[in-house]
Parts: sequence; structure tokens; C-alpha cells
Amino acid sequence: MIRAAWAILWKDLRIELRTRESAPAMALFSLTVFVLFHFGLRRNSIDGALASGVLWVTVLLAAVLGVNRLFAAEREERALDGILLAPIDRTAIYLAKAAALFLYLVLLELIAVPAFAILLLGPGLGGAFPELLAILLVADLGLAFVGALVAGLAAEARARDIVVPLLLLPLYVPLLIAVARATEPFLTSHPGPHGLAKWLGFTGVYDTVFLLVAVAVFDYLLED
Amino acid sequence: MTEEPSPVIALEGLERRFGDRPALRGISVTVGEGQTLAVFGSNGAGKTTLLRVLATLLRPDAGTVRVLGASLPDEAWKARGRIGFLGHEPLLYPDLSARDNLLFHARLHGVGASRVDELLAAVGMAHRARDPVRELSRGMVQRIAAARAVLHDPPLLLLDEPRAGLDPAAAEKLDPLIGRASGRTRVLVTHDTERGLHEADAVLGLRAGSAVVAGPAAGADAAAIRELYS
Repeated sequence: MIRAAWAILWKDLRIELRTRESAPAMALFSLTVFVLFHFGLRRNSIDGALASGVLWVTVLLAAVLGVNRLFAAEREERALDGILLAPIDRTAIYLAKAAALFLYLVLLELIAVPAFAILLLGPGLGGAFPELLAILLVADLGLAFVGALVAGLAAEARARDIVVPLLLLPLYVPLLIAVARATEPFLTSHPGPHGLAKWLGFTGVYDTVFLLVAVAVFDYLLED
Repeated sequence: MTEEPSPVIALEGLERRFGDRPALRGISVTVGEGQTLAVFGSNGAGKTTLLRVLATLLRPDAGTVRVLGASLPDEAWKARGRIGFLGHEPLLYPDLSARDNLLFHARLHGVGASRVDELLAAVGMAHRARDPVRELSRGMVQRIAAARAVLHDPPLLLLDEPRAGLDPAAAEKLDPLIGRASGRTRVLVTHDTERGLHEADAVLGLRAGSAVVAGPAAGADAAAIRELYS
């Protein structure tokens, strides 16, 4: 299964390197949203809960773009059939797609987080490390595990552009609550007590539950 | 007394519906090892649906379907990896090169890179191996798709108009791989009744999902087959 997952991930990354359709679009989208918030909020800088909410809602919406495109290459020329004909465990497809989305999210955040700090954030990010890195890591795992599951569910759906956000965003709500609460104390000028371990633990449980659910059901999602 | 070898394909009363619309109605046919079954019928007769059921890509709604000894859909995993499928779409990634496409499928099937290069040469595409599939002509894409279909040396080939878009020289190049000369068991969907009858051991004529012609190719009623298209 791992061999097949690597093969599919390698193929996805080759296509992304050639077309640059997912990660750059996600990054550009997040920059645009930050600019919109900058003007829409009519404030030079934000911090605390508002800053955390703006950051994570933007990342979540950018993730929706990536999820919508996860199976785009498979839909063209019915390439998914080529994978389904191979003697592989179909969970490999899920793992590869989740890994690809995780990498796109990391690339997105390499651009979006510094841009957020420059365009919107008052206190600066200096005091947020390394905690923010840990939050981003567990959040990206959850976004990827759930995103790849929903992408598989909508892979053959005719109205997938509507189905993906309608399914995905409600599933992301618990994750959003946890990572926004975890991030909030690190985006203030005078950080107070924080419940980082509690919120990271909650996110870890969320990640694990969705990974297990996806591994259990993904094979059936791709059945006709 | 020697035991009869079990057929590569054995269908009994195969039914498949799309919503309320029946696509295949009670299809029964057997295909022995190394034999070719030619499938005829006008557009929408059920030919592609039949191929997709045999390829394990669609589940049958009723009837018995055995492919390469595996009972579908429950044992589909046993047959996957032993079927070569060449349909209307090439199942290739337009943004990858021809070679990268074949390497990808080789990895999924546990086949080495040398087989990829061997097949690129066999289909006369070694000189365009590094070009994105998007930049290749329809006939060239079909040649790469044929190489993909036989990459893992499958004993069963499911072919849907395999010569579509090919010039005679290219079609000749593919014959050792997907033609009768390949020695593989084949299900060949074609509108070319003369060629189909010439290549087949058995024929199946479909109209609106029902088998209206079925039996050995030798002595098959060519007029009845042509009538399927009228």
C-alpha cells in the first residue's frame, strides 16, 4: 500500500510542478482574503481572537480550493479508472491525496502566515514560535485527512464544486474552534495563560478519528 | 478424461441498470482462454457498459459474472491487475509525459522501468516519450494508451474500438500487443463488422442492452450483425 501511495503522490506532485494549479492558487487566494480583511475591517492591525479567527478562516477557505482540485487530474481522460484497475489497496489513493493536500497547505502557510503578519497582525509573530509551528502541523494534518476524504466522496459527483464546501466546512468547525483557541494567546502583545496542550490534544484526537474513519470507508467511496 | 479448462469469462443473466434505464439485460456468454469475443451494436447498445462490468469498474445488478476465475463484484480484487483495458478515454494524465504516465502505471502494477522503455519502442513512441501527452496527436495518445493496457502483461484484454484514430501503420504496430497475435483472451468492441468477424471466435450483438446475436463467429449471420446498426 505504501508503494502505491508513493507512486500516486509522486504523480500528483509531478503534475502540480508542471501545472502549478493548486498550491499557488491557494496562496494567492489567502493573500487576496487578507487584503480584503485589511480594507473590510478598516483597522491597521488586529490581534488576539480576531487575528486568530481571520488567519484560520482564511486557511480553511484556501484548503477548500485545494480539496476541490485534489481529483481534478483523475477526472480528466478518466485517469481514475487507470488507478482503480491496478491491484492496489484503494486506501493508498486516500493516503496519497491526504499527503498531497498536506504539502500544499504547508506551502500555502509558508507564504500566507508571513503575509498575514505584515498585512494584518499588530503584535508580530516573533513570540508565537515554536508553538505556532506545532499548531499549524496538527491543523494541517486534520485539514488534509478530512479534505482528502471529502474529495474522494465528491470525486465523481456532478455538483462537486457545491458538494465539497457544503460537506467540508461543517466538518472543519471543531478543528477551527480548537486551532483558533490554541493560536489566540500567541497573537497578542501580552500573552496570558494558554491551554495549548488541551487544544493540541483535541486536534490530535480529531485528526486520528478522521484518519481512522477515512481508512475504513475510502474503499467504498470509489465503488460505482 | 481431461477436464475442460474453466472459461476466462463466464456471464449468466448479467443485468445492469443506470437508475430506471436498463443498460444490460440478461447477457449470457462464455469466452475461453486465448479466444476473442467481438461485441457489436450501435451507440448506446450497452457495449461499453459490458466492458466496464468485466473490468470491475461497474458492479453488476444481477446475474453471475466470473472473470479470470473471480466472481464479480465480491472477488473483483482477484481479477484486477490481470485485465488490460483500452477504452474510449486513454486513462492517461495529459500534463505528464508519455514515459511518466507509463512509469506511474508500472509502479502501480509492480512492473520495472525497462518494460516501459520496451513498450515505448514497440509502439513507435520512444522519440516522443518525454513530451506531455497533451501535445501528442490522437493516434499517438492511442498508442501510449495501448502500451499502458499491456504494461503488466495481462491475460485478458478489454478493447473498445482500439484502432480508433490510428493510421494503418500504427495499427499494425499495435497488433503484436493487442491483436490476435498477442495470444491473449480478448473482448473486442468494434463497429467494423468485417474485421470483427475476421478476428473473433465468438460474437455478441447487442441492441438496447439485450443480446440479439450470440454464438460462434464461424457461420455468424453477418447480415443480422449489420442490421444492428440500421
